[in-house]
Amino acid sequence: MSVTDTLLAVLLIALKSVVLLVALLVFIAFALYADRKIWAAVQLRRGPNVVGPFGVLQSFADLTKFFLKEPIIPASANKGIFLLAPLVFATVSLAAWAVIPLAEGWAVAEINVGILYLFAVSSLGIYGVIMGGWASNSKYPFLGALRSTAQMVSYEVSIGFVIVTVLMCAGSLNLTQIVAAQDTRIGLFGWYWLWLFPMFVIFFISAMAETNRPPFDLPEAESELVAGYMVEYSSTPFLMFMLGEYVAIMTMCALGTILFLGGWLSPIPFAPFTWVPGLIWFVLKASFLFFLIAMVKAFVPRYRYDQLMRLGWKVFLPVSLFMVVLVALVLKLTGLAPRSAEPVPVAPIALTQGQTP
Amino acid sequence: MTALFFYIFAAIAVASAVMVIASRNPVQSVLFLILAFVNAAGLFILLHAEFLAMILVVVYVGAVAVLFLFVVMMLDVDFAELRQGFQRYLPVGALIGVIFLVEILLVVSTWTISPDALRVPIAANPPAEVITNTEAIGRVLYTRYSYFFQAAGLILLVAMIGAIVLTLRDRVGVRRQNIAQQVARTPEEAVELRKVPSRQGI
Repeated sequence: MSVTDTLLAVLLIALKSVVLLVALLVFIAFALYADRKIWAAVQLRRGPNVVGPFGVLQSFADLTKFFLKEPIIPASANKGIFLLAPLVFATVSLAAWAVIPLAEGWAVAEINVGILYLFAVSSLGIYGVIMGGWASNSKYPFLGALRSTAQMVSYEVSIGFVIVTVLMCAGSLNLTQIVAAQDTRIGLFGWYWLWLFPMFVIFFISAMAETNRPPFDLPEAESELVAGYMVEYSSTPFLMFMLGEYVAIMTMCALGTILFLGGWLSPIPFAPFTWVPGLIWFVLKASFLFFLIAMVKAFVPRYRYDQLMRLGWKVFLPVSLFMVVLVALVLKLTGLAPRSAEPVPVAPIALTQGQTP
Repeated sequence: MTALFFYIFAAIAVASAVMVIASRNPVQSVLFLILAFVNAAGLFILLHAEFLAMILVVVYVGAVAVLFLFVVMMLDVDFAELRQGFQRYLPVGALIGVIFLVEILLVVSTWTISPDALRVPIAANPPAEVITNTEAIGRVLYTRYSYFFQAAGLILLVAMIGAIVLTLRDRVGVRRQNIAQQVARTPEEAVELRKVPSRQGI
């Protein structure tokens, strides 16, 4: 490959990333507005209704406000890490979107281990929280960071098992192929939400715990810790934390869409519906999951911390582990397990025991 | 292009590994350790070992290093005190370091790779177009090495049980919550309705 070719490829990737980033951030601005409106509607309030018609521009007003405020850094904070933490959090949450296929072939990076990449990157978000909590050098942020770490590590385990069951059914780690595996003639009844319904429920709840959403927002529980690891943050660093959090929630919605709701596939698999572009189906499904998460925030009270841990380790872990075994057994017995196109025999290994160098 | 990325990843990995031992603050050490892990994952990707790279990030960065950081943050280590004996122990430390270095040099200088071993990676590595890296590892791990794989799992299980046994204390006199009991309560057994005479109370 010549130098110009390489440069062109790099430019193309950069262009794709920028387009995705802008679209995602604008979408999240409206998702944030929707979140507040839904919350308000459940509580019979109006919600944001001043900026723009029906308040739709509220998020942009908030954005400007955060940019124009003065960032305050506590005197005894570890300044470098304090400022690095929100950057890490926002960057890592945004990085997850590199592999998400919004429609067939619409991913910035089509990689073989897409789902593992998502899992790895979403587990890195902890560092932003833990660094922010520690660097603030204050009690509440530190407690919030500790809670958040324990919570995210616990629920990652059950999310991992949920992903494993889906992988066993789809037979690939590639996100595009996971969606393609759900493409059957029976439309939305062929998607995994129905066949793996218990896992879908576990995934939905774990996703909320993983992203510190209510009812699992203990790391930033207002009544106990003021705002958890974000207490000392103001202005743009705070904005980056909040942005990263909403990006992480949208990532979980997108992941749920890909794993359980058939990605960009049309729910009704015949003519007028299959003409609709895949991107629209994808956005609709992700928005539906986001709506559910927003509703949960509105009507479920916050968990107590020991109950949260009990749910994660004593309920979800055994249930999801059992489901992995059960699904594997069913796939094996019914012969439904996906096979690779041509089984490649493992090449013989020349080394035998006793032949040491 | 690959060479460029190799030097970027390698340089950052080596530099952050140096910073792990050089930085004064243990939390910063752990953060540099994480940077080293992430760059090692980048090197794996350059070798087309994407599965190993992701597992490295998930296991080491996502879980092990978090626990490191957790522990280090909780410790209140006074570094001025730790460094007091530094001058005194320096000769002994330097001596041990030199001995190790000489031993490693002696071992490495006489290192030869057996011709059989040289064939192994070529033989066990199927072409990337035919089979993905993940599938290739899975096939080898769950067929040829399945006993070793399960033995490794058992060792980890034993370690886990050991840690629990060491820390578990069955304290007496602690009120515990029995969730099943709470859920099974009915109004009949929990609420008692009584007629209260006016101005007398119960």
